[in-house]
This record gives sequence, structure tokens and C-alpha cells, in this order.
Amino acid sequence: MDGVGGFLSMGGYAVFIWPAYGVALVVLGGLAFGAVRRLRRSEADLAALEAGRPRRRAAQRDLTAEEAT
Amino acid sequence: MTAFAELCRRDLRLALRQGADAAMVIAFFVLTVVLFPFGVGPEPNILARIGPGVLWVTALLAAMLSLDRLFQSDLDDGSLEQLVLTPEPLSTMVLAKCLAHWLTTGLPLTLVAPMLALLLNMDGEGMLVLIGSLLLGTPVLSLLGAVGAALALGARRVGALVALLVLPLTIPVLIFGVAAVDAALADLSPRPHLLLLGALLLAALALCPWATAAALRQAVE
Amino acid sequence: MAVTMHRFANPTRFLRLAGAVQPWCVGLGVACLLGGLYLGLLRSPADYQQGETVRIMYVHVPAAWMALFVYANMALASAVALIWKHPLADIAAKNCAPLGAGFTVVALASGSLWGQPMWGTWWVWDARLTSVLVLLFLYLGYIALVNAFDDPTRGAKAGAILALVGSVNLPIIKFSVDWWNTLHQPASIMRMSGPTIHASMLTPLLLMAIAFTLIFVSLLLINMRAEIAERKIRTLRLAHGAEG
Repeated sequence: MDGVGGFLSMGGYAVFIWPAYGVALVVLGGLAFGAVRRLRRSEADLAALEAGRPRRRAAQRDLTAEEAT
Repeated sequence: MTAFAELCRRDLRLALRQGADAAMVIAFFVLTVVLFPFGVGPEPNILARIGPGVLWVTALLAAMLSLDRLFQSDLDDGSLEQLVLTPEPLSTMVLAKCLAHWLTTGLPLTLVAPMLALLLNMDGEGMLVLIGSLLLGTPVLSLLGAVGAALALGARRVGALVALLVLPLTIPVLIFGVAAVDAALADLSPRPHLLLLGALLLAALALCPWATAAALRQAVE
Repeated sequence: MAVTMHRFANPTRFLRLAGAVQPWCVGLGVACLLGGLYLGLLRSPADYQQGETVRIMYVHVPAAWMALFVYANMALASAVALIWKHPLADIAAKNCAPLGAGFTVVALASGSLWGQPMWGTWWVWDARLTSVLVLLFLYLGYIALVNAFDDPTRGAKAGAILALVGSVNLPIIKFSVDWWNTLHQPASIMRMSGPTIHASMLTPLLLMAIAFTLIFVSLLLINMRAEIAERKIRTLRLAHGAEG
């Protein structure tokens, strides 16, 4: 392939090749972005809840660990 | 009388008492088939070409209609829990319910189909194979539908959910059912397609009651 | 078997393990992705018949493999959840579904974009394409079912059964190109006699496949961690509500 222009146009098939890679980027990127945002939000909520109730927290943590097993 | 036959008779009696429900399924079938000539145009060749597909798809959708009540009423009046607790194997009980369901939906659909096929300009050989394919295929729809109905018990929007779950699984039945009729209309042998339909029926008879029973147990816990 | 499994049943242990493994998965996954993209887009040759469009293969084939692999995982996790009642299996299965659906969409879209220049059509109702489309519907149906109940446990159990029932579609997809005359290309990699594809194309393909797998594992771990946190929140809020 000659030069950047040749690379980008992909022998004339650019309109098929780049959208194919684009769909993959958008979908996988979207899933990744959503996952990270979900984790950040839930961990923040959990930390807030746990910080708000310090004494009972220790007892609860043992409880939820037991319940969840 | 065996528990199987008793359950089947009970369901049939209940269904016949509420005869309107079964009649509604048939009415839906007839109405949707009749819509097609209005939508596609009355030209006989086109109708004959799309006839097998239209009849099969609308039969499929009509069969979906009555599924959400298959177990719901039993759940509501407590008889479902009793059914799960009886010493009889739950799969057998499920088969009994599926049989009753088919006798009140699939079988009437199959009997009405030839008249609708006339409206869609289908000729005699096609009609015979149509009946045969529906006879083999509609029980599979009842069996697969039971799995969906059991899974969706107690869910919000049960009707749409059951259809969403069951329709993808019924695609092979649809494919072979229509292929059989198309083959007959093209003067080819419909045997391979009918045999495959039969195989699907046997597989469904073996697997669906078991899956349905598992789903019912989850629902009742 | 039961003893080993229950070592990982404790969420705290799982979280610790996940937290340790995840950076490696992400790092290695990104490395393989970059390597695969470099080789696939820049270094590998154009096909003598298809020209440059063969490069879509480096996205389409790994995505299609993942669509099947993730469903197999989901079915396996569902079986574990139903048989051994392992508490994390439900969470794993539930979080596989959106990822699997995503890969299926990528496979269908990239396949369609490949089909137009190669076969002259965006879509054809042959066995392979149809059964992958059915796979997408199974994923969506599973997601709908699991989220259709107010009680998440009921949803998880119903979903587990559905996942197992739908797994009958997997062999159909894999062997559809062998059983029926289809437009789609028959198997050229996973064959008994070894791959028929040249190394210069096989390497980027495998790199992309490994990259997608590691990305899937990373995203699954992230989602599972989030779900465990969400369940703790729910339990805490319920307990808090009970205490008044």
C-alpha cells in the first residue's frame, strides 16, 4: 500500500473496512465504558453507605459475607 | 384413570368452559390471514406464493396467544404447588397440560387452516401437506410454549416475554413446515421436511417437559 | 470438586482474586489488540481474490468466536448455578449476556459489511447467518427474562434454564456451514486436518482472538465486582430499613 492515503482508502474498500472496525470499537468501547462507570458508581455508593454507619458496619460485613456464601 | 388422563381431562374441561378463549385464538388466526390480501394485494399468484409462509407464521403467532395462561391460573389458585408435590413425575403432568393445550389451540388451528388456504389460492396437494405439517408442528409449539410460559411465570409483561423467548426457538419448525408445503406445491417430495418435523417433535417430547418441570419448580419455590 | 469451588464462593476472596487478575488481563489484552491490529491492518497481505476486504476478517471472525464462546460460558455458569448452587455462578452468567450480545452484534455488522463487497449482498438467509441472528435473539431474550422479575433470584434461576435450553443452538451454528449448502465460507481454522490459512494471516487473527477473549474476561470481572457491590448495597439498605 502506498502512503497514508493508500492505507486509509484500503484499495477502494474503505467504506466497508473502516465501519467494520468502527462498529467493533464503538460496541466494545461502549461495553467497557459502561462497565467501568458501573463499578465506580457502585463502589462509591457502597463506601458511602459503609462510612455512614461505622459501629454496626463491622457486624454487617460479617453478616453479608456469610449470607453471600 | 391415570393421573395423566385426569389432568388432561381437567384442563380440557376448564378450557371448554371458557370456550371464548379458544375461539379467540381461532378468530385471531383467521383475521390476521385475511389481512394479507388487503396488504399485499389480491393477485392470486402472489397469494399462492406467500400462502404457506403466511399460514405458518400466523398459526405460530396465534399459538403464542394462549400460552401465558397455561400455568398462570394454576399458580393463582394453588393447584400448581400441588402439581409439583404429587408423587407423579412432574414431566408427565406437564405433558398432560401440553396435550390439553394442543387439543384446544393447535388442533383447531390445523383444522381451520385448509379453509384459509383456499382464500390464499393454495391448491389441493399443498393443502394436504399443510395439514400434515401443522399436525406435526403445532404440538412442538405447545411444548416449546410450555417452557417459555413456565420460565416467565410471575414476570412483568408475561405475554410479550413468552413470545420473545419462544419464537426464536420455533424458527426451525417454521422453516421445515413451510419447506414441506413449498416442496409439495413444486411437485417435489415433502418427505424429508416432514421427517425432520417429526424428528423435532420427538426431540421436543423428550426435552421440553423436563425443562418445563425444572422451570415450574423454580417458580413455585 | 465441591471443596475447591467453595473456596472461591466467598465474594471477598473472589474480589481479591479478581482485583489481582484484572490488571494483567487488561494489559495483556490491550497488548494483543495493538499487536493484532498492527499485523492485521499493516503487515498482513491482501487476499488475491478479495483484496483489502479480507482485513475485516480480523474483526469479524474473533467477534463470531466470542459470540459462541461467551454463550458457552453463560450456559456452563448456568449449569453450575443450577446443579451446585454456587452463588457467584448466577452473577457470572447474568453478566456474560450483554457482553455476548455485543460480540454478536459486531459479528453480524462486520459480516454484513464484508458480505456486500464479497458476495454482493448485505444479508442472506443462509444457515450460518440465520442461526447467529437467532443467537442474538437468545441473548436478548435471556436479558429480558432475567430482568423481568422483581425478585432477582427468581430471574437468575429462570435465566439459567433458558441459557441451557438455548445452548442447543451452538452446535447448529458451528456445523451449519457443513450441514447445509450455504453462501458463508466453511471452516478453515478449526478443522481436523489443521488450519488452511497462511501464517501471515493466522497470526493477527489469533492475536485478535486472544485480545477479544482477554477483553471479555476483564469486562466480566469488572461487571461481577460491580454486581457484588450492588448486592451488598441492597442488603445494607434492606437491613437499614428493617432497623428503621
